[in-house]
Amino acid sequence: MRTYALYFVSRLAQFVLVVFIGINVAYLITHLTPIDPVEQAISSVTMFGQSSPEMVEVMRKALRELYGLEGSAPQQYVTFWKRLATGDFGPSLSAFPTPVSTLIWQALPWTVGLLVCSTLIAWMVGNFLGGLAGYYRRNILLKALGIVAMSLQPIPYYIVAFILLIVFGFLWPVLPISGGAEMNIDRQGFAFAASIIQHSILPALSLVLVGMGAWFIGMRSLVSNIVTEDYVTYAELGGVDRRRILFSYVMRNALSPQVTGLALSLGAIFNGAIITEVVFGYPGLGTLLVRAVNAGDYSLVLGITSVSIIAVAAAILVIDIIYPLLDPRVVQG
Amino acid sequence: MLKIVRDLFRYNREFALGTILILVVFGFAVASFFSPYPPLDSYVVPPDVPPSWAYPFGTNSRGQDVFWQLTLAIRNSLLFGLSVALMSRILSLLIGLVAGYAGGVVDRVLMTINDTFVVIPLFPILVLFFFMMHDQMSWPLLAIAMASLGWPYDARLIRSVALSLRTREFTAMSVFSGMSARQILVEEHLPYVLPIVFSTTLNNMNWSIGLEVTLSVIGFTNIETPTIGTMIYWANQHTAMVAGVWWWIVFPVALVIMAFLGLYLLSVSMNEYIDPRSRLMRMDSKV
Repeated sequence: MRTYALYFVSRLAQFVLVVFIGINVAYLITHLTPIDPVEQAISSVTMFGQSSPEMVEVMRKALRELYGLEGSAPQQYVTFWKRLATGDFGPSLSAFPTPVSTLIWQALPWTVGLLVCSTLIAWMVGNFLGGLAGYYRRNILLKALGIVAMSLQPIPYYIVAFILLIVFGFLWPVLPISGGAEMNIDRQGFAFAASIIQHSILPALSLVLVGMGAWFIGMRSLVSNIVTEDYVTYAELGGVDRRRILFSYVMRNALSPQVTGLALSLGAIFNGAIITEVVFGYPGLGTLLVRAVNAGDYSLVLGITSVSIIAVAAAILVIDIIYPLLDPRVVQG
Repeated sequence: MLKIVRDLFRYNREFALGTILILVVFGFAVASFFSPYPPLDSYVVPPDVPPSWAYPFGTNSRGQDVFWQLTLAIRNSLLFGLSVALMSRILSLLIGLVAGYAGGVVDRVLMTINDTFVVIPLFPILVLFFFMMHDQMSWPLLAIAMASLGWPYDARLIRSVALSLRTREFTAMSVFSGMSARQILVEEHLPYVLPIVFSTTLNNMNWSIGLEVTLSVIGFTNIETPTIGTMIYWANQHTAMVAGVWWWIVFPVALVIMAFLGLYLLSVSMNEYIDPRSRLMRMDSKV
């Protein structure tokens, strides 16, 4: 138990570090770039029609306060973290006066749902098939699958999603290509759930297709390394059931680097998810982010970036915490 | 060296296919120097002409020849990927080699920072960067931003090789003969990690070209510079698919997929060449 506590503390420290460094990068970008978001917002407002200089001055002061750009550099930094800790990113400019946090809370369940489902499916199916392909190396079907996985793996999420959009939007329009659910529908009950699932098929499919390839290839090479180990040969000679060898002896051992891999690539998977959302107009963080940029909504963009960093770090923490259940050796470190 | 390439080409299908794909893509990029039209001008040819002998890839709604536009776009995309990859190599080499050679606390500190950068979601951060820069956003700026964020994964790979070099006898030998740490890293260890640096360069190019395409397509880069991403962006702006101008979208997408596949296959076959174990396995599975 003590070793687990130690392990837990070290993982927690990593979580804090990821959030700390990530948020600082975001802070640096907003404060080191020569562009002043306040002046930008003002110029976009004054672009349409005349405003008196006094009014502009009042607006400038209000915006500076709102954005936490008042005071000296250290003061600004402290204000920044204070806002983050309380989850208060101020009101959204494009959806005034709705707070940024409300908008993010509305979008977050969509992103989390899409991301969790598609990542789990991609990880499990990819590892399962990859394990089979590594163990039964002469199987034609699995070899063909390997070629498909290899040709999908290097393609960025955007391109795969875009191709699916073209195929299912123009060539063979059977699935909804935009939105998270049908508009005019009772927001509860079976029909709504079915609509959500139907709308998420294409975004999820593009995430699964790209993700699965990487897990497949990784697992295949891990398994084909492990099958040459002596203990596997021994088990085979001892007449242990082949299926049992594959699942309990070989794949279980190969799974542990794949869990580490999942934790390490979660940031990239998150990137892919928000890009896919943009392609399919899925009402999650990605679509919100693009809308915020196009509307010039500084607080919303900064809020989404911060929440993304915290969300990914938290997801990794969750994986790390349940990891010892799969492989008790990691706790001993 | 030539013999290795020839053998790889003959016995390694991934290498052969990857080389062919990259040569085709590279051919397109070189062709851009012979373009008969000024690349940024529009309405130099009749708009929306389907692919024909006169215009092999058709013309787009802005009155540009898709073929010649594409040659310039792929050249810019490749150059972008290459410059990001080269710049980020400096960071990943420095951190990987130092962490591997120093070991102990230095290694642990560097790798903790490294792992932190691996998991931070870069896309929102780059979007934030674009949001702050807006009109001042340019191609070199984006390259620098991506290079300063895109090193950690490869630094870890380089460090794992460097870690094994640390305990080798020749390292101890160099230390005893009075070489400085810098000398050992540059003269002794660098040659050993070069193969893996090369294969990570290809992977990093894939990553950066992909990210550039993604950012451009949403319009979050300087959309006036023709790259594969901005080409798709303009096609989407003119709703090319709905208007039936499919050639404006299909050809850039097809060419960039060829580039991704080619780079990936080359890096995979390089990795296999570096790691003889997987080469043996391939021979085994052929029997």
